[in-house]
Amino acid sequence: MSKNSITKDLQKDMYYHMALARALDDRMWILNRQGRAPVVYSSNGHEAAQVGSAFALNRGEDWIVPYYRDLALVLAYGMTPRQVMLHLLGKAEDPNSGGRQMPAHWGMKERHILTTGSVVATQDIHAAGLALASKVLKDGRVSVAYFGEGSTSQGEFHEALNFAAVHKLPVIFFNENNGYAISVPARKQMAVMDIAARAEGYGMPGVIVDGNDPLKVYEVTREARERALAGEGPTLIEAKTYRFVPHSSDDDDRAYRSREEVAEWKKRDPLITFEKHVLDNKILSQAEHQEMQKKIKDVVNDATDYAEQAALPDPKTLGDFVYHQ
Amino acid sequence: MAVMTYLEAIRETLRQELRRDDRIIVYGEDVGVRGGVFRVTEGLQAEFGEQRVIDSPLAEAAIIGTAIGAAVNGLRPVPEIQFSDFIFPAINQIVQEAARIRYRSNGTFGVPMVIRAPFGGGVHGALYHSQSVEAFFAHVPGLKVVIPSTPYDAKGLLAAAIQDEDPVLYFEHKAAYRSLKGDVPDERYLIPIGKADLKRPGKHVSIITYGLMVSYALKAAETLDKEGISVEILDLRSIRPLDVEAILDTAKKTGKVLMVHEDNLTGGIGGEVSALIAEHALFYLDAPIVRLAGPDVPAMPYSPPLEHAFMVTPEKITEAARKLAKF
Repeated sequence: MSKNSITKDLQKDMYYHMALARALDDRMWILNRQGRAPVVYSSNGHEAAQVGSAFALNRGEDWIVPYYRDLALVLAYGMTPRQVMLHLLGKAEDPNSGGRQMPAHWGMKERHILTTGSVVATQDIHAAGLALASKVLKDGRVSVAYFGEGSTSQGEFHEALNFAAVHKLPVIFFNENNGYAISVPARKQMAVMDIAARAEGYGMPGVIVDGNDPLKVYEVTREARERALAGEGPTLIEAKTYRFVPHSSDDDDRAYRSREEVAEWKKRDPLITFEKHVLDNKILSQAEHQEMQKKIKDVVNDATDYAEQAALPDPKTLGDFVYHQ
Repeated sequence: MAVMTYLEAIRETLRQELRRDDRIIVYGEDVGVRGGVFRVTEGLQAEFGEQRVIDSPLAEAAIIGTAIGAAVNGLRPVPEIQFSDFIFPAINQIVQEAARIRYRSNGTFGVPMVIRAPFGGGVHGALYHSQSVEAFFAHVPGLKVVIPSTPYDAKGLLAAAIQDEDPVLYFEHKAAYRSLKGDVPDERYLIPIGKADLKRPGKHVSIITYGLMVSYALKAAETLDKEGISVEILDLRSIRPLDVEAILDTAKKTGKVLMVHEDNLTGGIGGEVSALIAEHALFYLDAPIVRLAGPDVPAMPYSPPLEHAFMVTPEKITEAARKLAKF
């Protein structure tokens, strides 16, 4: 772990959100395997990249534009476990979409989480557009697009970087590189080793960071945010990480990755390594840790119960909000 | 009140709107220093600055995608697509993002923006500078599509589109830019989106159309008037939403409907209008509905005889309406 000035309270809070995301994610898989949730997309393995970057932002004010992998991110950005579960189960109260979108299609206006679709890289351009407005309105906000490495093959990723760099927009492009786009490994996705290398072609800094270290991610994101606010334009951050589970609950990653490879990465599980860090450095006492674990269990249980009992959408609302009303 | 061309009406409306509301930005390829390839935005960057009238990189998906983000974060973007033929690189952003954002967020997000794009042929633009693309977008719930037919409408529909809380496509016919002139009031006014305009009352045949074809239909009506054929003309103004009531009213009144558009026949707006009439006014009809439209070839060719053969002209409209009147 890096030497840094990040306060103990902040680190404690980061750890809480990483552990909460993992526990909530585990619960979602159980619900899926029990036939109680149709599909799950995980942040399992990406928690450090997501939480570390979120904490470097002005949460709830700066815009984030997530993708389906970003459960830990939206939790760190203020979405509650109940809201996550309402979304998973397609309930009327789901603040992301009122049960309209499939799980992991985040979006919550009051927390400045932009709604997202399924076509990858479309959100990169939206982040540039949010930042264009911030530049014109001088609202002091930074926007951050999150995306997987596979989506950097899309033209819209490149268009977004170019547009943002030309207009020096206050935006951060945050790549969570886990090495696979479902089954296709990065070496079949691109002929360069690093996503960050692409930044040079657009005239912006490209930064590689250990995506399993939340403190390092925090630092590089904070620096990128300061650049953006100083009018120096966008930054491309590549957080190298790994997903420990299949792409979704309908995928089976044994078809394309060896168990040895997964086991090797699990030695660097960000939740376990950061847990060791906070305990070893007395950021969190054993007693506090136990208390936190109990709290997380209670919160996850509460979220599950609450969402399962919540009402489904009324079919009569099918035609609502096609247009402004 | 001043007499203006269709193009001047659009430019002066943009100017008036930019003055009215600081949140409005205009951008696209060449719209700034050059004032657009048709000069629609000429002088706007000089008056409003590079922050609000922006020369963007040459990338349509980025133009529309950034407009979506900017709209969410408080601006009222009016992006321009240089030719409607070039809108297709942005179609995912328009159809899957702009159109669906309000619905998919259960009403919490909205995308108030106006996409302006010159369309239509008869200007030696060939396959990629002549297309009519409106039917692709009229198919999509969540979008609105307007097509002005006069300088007066160009102003009122543009102001209404900018005021609208949802994404509006505003298609302007290139051949109308300098050929159509008319009175345009100085003050701001709105023409409601979704309301058709009865351009000319008549008794024998109804022509339902929009855009440049309205002026062509008016010429046809004058010719036929001398032959004792009285033609009613309904200008749709908006092709999504359609003014169903006005469509049915004119169909019921004359019992003979000629649908005219420059866009390709199959899957064009004429099919939808015909279906509405068939569903709701069949027994008022005295003749089959007739569609006069661009032929089902991929796009408009360049060489003059081929281009002319593609175009819907006042003469073709006259002939089709005459035949229908005599049915």
